[in-house]
Amino acid sequence: MSGRPDQRILVVIPAWNEAGAIAGTIAEVRASQPDLDILVVDDGSGDGTGAVARSAGAQVVRLPFNLGVGGAMRTGYRYAMQEGYDVVVQIDADGQHDPSYLPQLLAGLEDSDVVIGARFAGEGSYAARGPRRWAMRMLAAVLSRLAGTRLTDVTSGFRVANRRAVRVFADHYPAEYLGDTVESLVIALRVGCTVSQQPVHMRPRTIGTASQSPLRAATYLVRAVVALALALVRRWPAATETLGQEK
Amino acid sequence: MSPVLTLGVVGAVATLLVLFEMLRRQRLREKYAVIWVVVAVGTVLLVIFPGLLTRASTLLGVQVPSNLLFFAASMLLLLLSIQFSYEIGRLEDRTRTLAEEVALLNLRLEQLTADDPSGPVEATEDDLGGDPGGGTGDGLRRD
Repeated sequence: MSGRPDQRILVVIPAWNEAGAIAGTIAEVRASQPDLDILVVDDGSGDGTGAVARSAGAQVVRLPFNLGVGGAMRTGYRYAMQEGYDVVVQIDADGQHDPSYLPQLLAGLEDSDVVIGARFAGEGSYAARGPRRWAMRMLAAVLSRLAGTRLTDVTSGFRVANRRAVRVFADHYPAEYLGDTVESLVIALRVGCTVSQQPVHMRPRTIGTASQSPLRAATYLVRAVVALALALVRRWPAATETLGQEK
Repeated sequence: MSPVLTLGVVGAVATLLVLFEMLRRQRLREKYAVIWVVVAVGTVLLVIFPGLLTRASTLLGVQVPSNLLFFAASMLLLLLSIQFSYEIGRLEDRTRTLAEEVALLNLRLEQLTADDPSGPVEATEDDLGGDPGGGTGDGLRRD
């Protein structure tokens, strides 16, 4: 039950120096959803992530230097537009997102344009404390209000988007801090797309940990407030001199 | 002319010469040179007619004329820095778009050469200065 049978679905995996995890992630997506196309966006990795992904059977688009998740995802969305895909799935390369939730996420597209796989939504356990928790609460509260529905995990990198949202993201997917998650949602909402969420369980990251030291958490809070405030007041449509010609 | 004023003229003229030479060698674009030419010419004017500065100070109620000069100079530098930040941001944006385009074109080329076994080129990450261990494109078999 991977969405409607006539839909062409592309899984985009942004990957930066994930040679150790990428093959496992690809295999897992294949195992749970064998009929999806997979595009790995190698975000200027220096460890051969692209070659590993290619031998694991994915299409690989290789960015000449590191652009961050925003740049990698916009590349993926533009590829999806060019190739005429109906749905784009975004999933992290490090294996923290479980592809077995994909059917639920895709089913969510029946009544919204973007569906987020969200922690804190009943399923799984994830605890953040202190300023980091406040930041996530604040982001969730503001975006829930904007979306008109309850969103608990707006910084999740596990999401699916239908063609309407893909068209928007192919032109505007910010490379700024938190742009790939929070601001992209604000953009989608401001152009009239609908956003909803489905509860998912996320695994602990295999490599790297979220910053939990109080100072870094406080920095995160400040940057989140600034990023969100800017996203909300930014003039829209943004300056698109480089991409505006594409329709 | 007092020594201090001579210093001003020498500085302004040197700036103009450097600008001229950079423009001549095409190391500087006119749109960035204009503001510096204006600054240099303004400096020369102030040196020749010091009364301009004193009069402006009296008009604005600044007691020490040189303070007005310092204020104007720092404001100018601030504005220019902001303009450069803007230009850098725009360039980054364009670079980002180009990088994305190049990556997508490269993938397209790979797919095309994979479809066509007589394809003349292999587009691998080597062409992009990527990791040397990168293999040939998916399905790029030579038999």
